[in-house]
Amino acid sequence: MDGIHDLGGMQGLGPVVHSPAEPVFPDRWQAVARALMVIVAGAAGVSGGEFRHSIERMEPGHYLTSGYYEHWLTAAATLAVEHGLVTRSELEARAGGRFPLSGPVLAPPVAAAGPDVTEPRFGSGDRVRVREWHPPGHTRCPGYVRGKAGVVVRVDGTHSVPDVEAHGTARRCEPTYSVRFDAADLWGDGQRGVSVHVDLWDSYLERS
Amino acid sequence: MSEGAHHPAPVSPVEQRVAALEALLTERGLVPGGFIEEITRRYESQIGPMNGAKVVARAWADPGYKQRLLADGTAAIAELGFGGPEGDHMVVVENSTAVHNVIVCTLCSCYPWPTLGLPPAWYKDPPYRARMVREPRALLAEMGCPLPGEVQIRVWDSSAEVRYLVLPQRPPGTEDMTGAELAGLVTRDSMIGVARL
Repeated sequence: MDGIHDLGGMQGLGPVVHSPAEPVFPDRWQAVARALMVIVAGAAGVSGGEFRHSIERMEPGHYLTSGYYEHWLTAAATLAVEHGLVTRSELEARAGGRFPLSGPVLAPPVAAAGPDVTEPRFGSGDRVRVREWHPPGHTRCPGYVRGKAGVVVRVDGTHSVPDVEAHGTARRCEPTYSVRFDAADLWGDGQRGVSVHVDLWDSYLERS
Repeated sequence: MSEGAHHPAPVSPVEQRVAALEALLTERGLVPGGFIEEITRRYESQIGPMNGAKVVARAWADPGYKQRLLADGTAAIAELGFGGPEGDHMVVVENSTAVHNVIVCTLCSCYPWPTLGLPPAWYKDPPYRARMVREPRALLAEMGCPLPGEVQIRVWDSSAEVRYLVLPQRPPGTEDMTGAELAGLVTRDSMIGVARL
């Protein structure tokens, strides 16, 4: 989905508030929220794609104004409700107030995943173009490279396609590639000496 | 009795939500005793950038190891005993006087947990994820890492299963240092690529 999480290149978000070191969990609730997500994922058989998509479906204002572990909490609660471990009314009764959950899945379940792709279609040095498409479900193809041309710099192993695994029990594996894009091509701003490498599944790409 | 005992710190709404979910999952028997404490302790004390620093120090001191590390990061890192979730497919990218590497995850916050630990807040927040792929030279300068114009910048967006670790340049004047001393020079930020040593 073209969601708020797809942040690459977005402008106006302000400075990076950097610190050289900080506690792993500044507050205990953050550690608990993280652990609860692990527990829900184990109890409900949640894939990595389904977990990430549950965060991507957060209401955009909530996403931008809450930190990472509040995202994990919202994901854990949303998935716990969707998988029938708890109900929303139980959560709100216990919390003593509103318990914001992520929005509904916009894509239909994937019933048939299609065959695995075992042989890489591309090799290092091949020019490729990222498909220009806007799937309503989960994808790991960032918006800022769609339609852009780049060069394969590395072929990695085959991995479960997130767009499939986020939407049911079906699975399809494909090779992934690291694709180099010239930053000036991505942003049209003439910047020099900067390349951006994005790791992409086979079905996100076409020959350029 | 102290004033604090009469007026405990107010519980924030997010803490109430965490407590609510924890209580409900516990009642359903889904929270094993000690699980939360154990998983938290592991990330607070055993998994962190001190692991990545050992990898870097070894690569600086041992050319054969460095060669293995750049050829197969996962296997070479496993030689030092580090691996596991978010470290199963490691690629190590090497800085030089001509090339600077930096890692980001624009879609979420992917990060090499076994070697760097859990990511810092700024790495996960929107400004870093939005800007590092768009204006890395300006952002690096803003973060205290200005680079000469002729230095090439390679940004690595961790959008699939590979996790990246930057191999920083070994600082001059460190030829006589022990492995532990070398590891002590390596910062978390230098292995993300937002600092040079």
